[in-house]
Amino acid sequence: MTTVEPIFHAVAPARRRRANRRVTIIAVMATLVLALFALTLALGQSYTPLGDVVRVLLGEDVAGATFTVGQLRLPRALVAVLAGLCFGLGGVAFQVMLRNPLASPDIIGISSGASAAAVFAIVILSLRGPAVSLIAVAAGLGVALLIYGLASRGGVAGTRLILVGIAVSAMLESIVAYVLSQAPAWTLQEAMRWLTGSVNGAQLGQALPLLLALCIFGGLLFSRARDLEALRLGDDMAAGLGVRVGRTRMIIIVAAVGLIACATAVTGPIAFVAFLSGPIAARIVGNSGSLLLPAGLVGAVLVLAGDYAGQFLLPSRFPVGVVTGVLGAPYLLFLIVRANRSGGSL
Amino acid sequence: MISHSLSASGLSVGYDGADILHALDLQVPPGKITAIVGANACGKSTLLRAMSRLISPRGGSVLLDGKSIHQMPSKRLARTLGLLPQSSSAPEGITVADLVSRGRHPHQGLFSRWTRADDEAVDQALAATRIEDLSERPVDELSGGQRQRVWIAMALAQQTEILLLDEPTTFLDICHQVEVLDLLTDLNHVRGTTVVMVLHDLNLAARYADHLVAMSEGRVHAFGSPQEVLTRENVQHVFSIDSRVILDPVSHRPMMIPIGRHRMSAERVTLHE
Repeated sequence: MTTVEPIFHAVAPARRRRANRRVTIIAVMATLVLALFALTLALGQSYTPLGDVVRVLLGEDVAGATFTVGQLRLPRALVAVLAGLCFGLGGVAFQVMLRNPLASPDIIGISSGASAAAVFAIVILSLRGPAVSLIAVAAGLGVALLIYGLASRGGVAGTRLILVGIAVSAMLESIVAYVLSQAPAWTLQEAMRWLTGSVNGAQLGQALPLLLALCIFGGLLFSRARDLEALRLGDDMAAGLGVRVGRTRMIIIVAAVGLIACATAVTGPIAFVAFLSGPIAARIVGNSGSLLLPAGLVGAVLVLAGDYAGQFLLPSRFPVGVVTGVLGAPYLLFLIVRANRSGGSL
Repeated sequence: MISHSLSASGLSVGYDGADILHALDLQVPPGKITAIVGANACGKSTLLRAMSRLISPRGGSVLLDGKSIHQMPSKRLARTLGLLPQSSSAPEGITVADLVSRGRHPHQGLFSRWTRADDEAVDQALAATRIEDLSERPVDELSGGQRQRVWIAMALAQQTEILLLDEPTTFLDICHQVEVLDLLTDLNHVRGTTVVMVLHDLNLAARYADHLVAMSEGRVHAFGSPQEVLTRENVQHVFSIDSRVILDPVSHRPMMIPIGRHRMSAERVTLHE
């Protein structure tokens, strides 16, 4: 140490390896999303050759394919991809910001807040379209602030927020159940949307608000990706690195709630997608670098694959939320058991 | 190297009810090692947190080169003022080099790319803390002492001229405590970094610091060289305990030996009376 410190450039090659590996994995994940998207378009009850699918997408009229692909499969696939991205991004933002995989919006009541507001707006107020999204976003934000306020004494990141959130979530879910019980004309299919989430009967018009939410709130979130990474080291450490913790947190909450609520307003709270995407993404790409994009892609894969499996691979038809719910519940148990042992963070 | 000047002026800080710091003034000697010592709940950690803008003051200000740190762009401040807080968490499975490289955060903008200078800063930080060999190991597999060196390396990669540390030796055994303090002294000697740290161990503080700040009830009770600050009277006032202060035979700095109610040799009692 008395002489000049040696410059040995040991870290650069390893860092490049890490970065290359990350890019490769993300590319593979994006390809998987595209493949599932193509599968959803081409293969349902009947098979449509990919050539015909492309021709339909380009606006040509193909006998026997225009209706199936253009009216049924395309809206469904689009809504599934976009909602999956929204859930994955919103979920991982919360999990990373609060350094706890259990702090996911679908566990702490934000999804159920948006869901309760959406079902209330649709069933009781007879609203449709963007108005429902707006109300869902407002309710999601309201719930987020409520939980934040109730939990903010003695460290927000603590288990307190999660416990408060679980209680709020249970309350809101009972509101959903109550509203559904007041609407006897509703089919079970429709009710399932608001209980576990579904992309049944998706329309092209529903993809637009999702796309907008993804651009606005997703963009906002990505603009904070680096600060979010710094927050993973602890709030004090992040502040020492030049992050304005309070303001950054607020921006991330608004962005994540916006994503979750807009997606929930369209598809209902697709069970556990927000909760599962981040940890699965972390398992795949590792914890070097931002988890936002990988988690978004995992979310899209989960919704696309879950919906496809629910439609065609299981003995009877299930909405996507039932399939993802079956995946999510054991993982939740696993996390709780493991958290008790090690107290690890995402 | 011209060092930045950090000072507190009329600084009052409180959380909920009463103030914890009362109109405190402190001029941190640039290019030196300063240790803040005091009893539990005397406000020493609060002072460090206020100086690193983790908490905003109720009154007065913390000044860097004469400007209030609470009015500076936070990234610019983070390029001058580094912080090693008491609690931090490493993402699961993250490697040492990856974690250390996150110290470069304040040097990067939204769209800026990782540069050669960033790599060099990380290399130097790893070398200075002698953890090059660990660079590709996951942080959660390391021992407590190694992990603390990783966090210090991260603060070094930030390349700030001032480094604030909140009890950097807590939870470490004596060997690693000395290792960390030696490391910070190297840093001070080689780079001229101004080091300000809260330390629990009075004797290690006196050995390693150029200046001691003895705090009591939210005020600076004594400030100066270890010889000036570490006296029987000050120890009595700050820690409410009787003591003897002798010369540390290793460092020739003052060293405090506490006097309790038991285990007093007869020789000492007669000597005292």
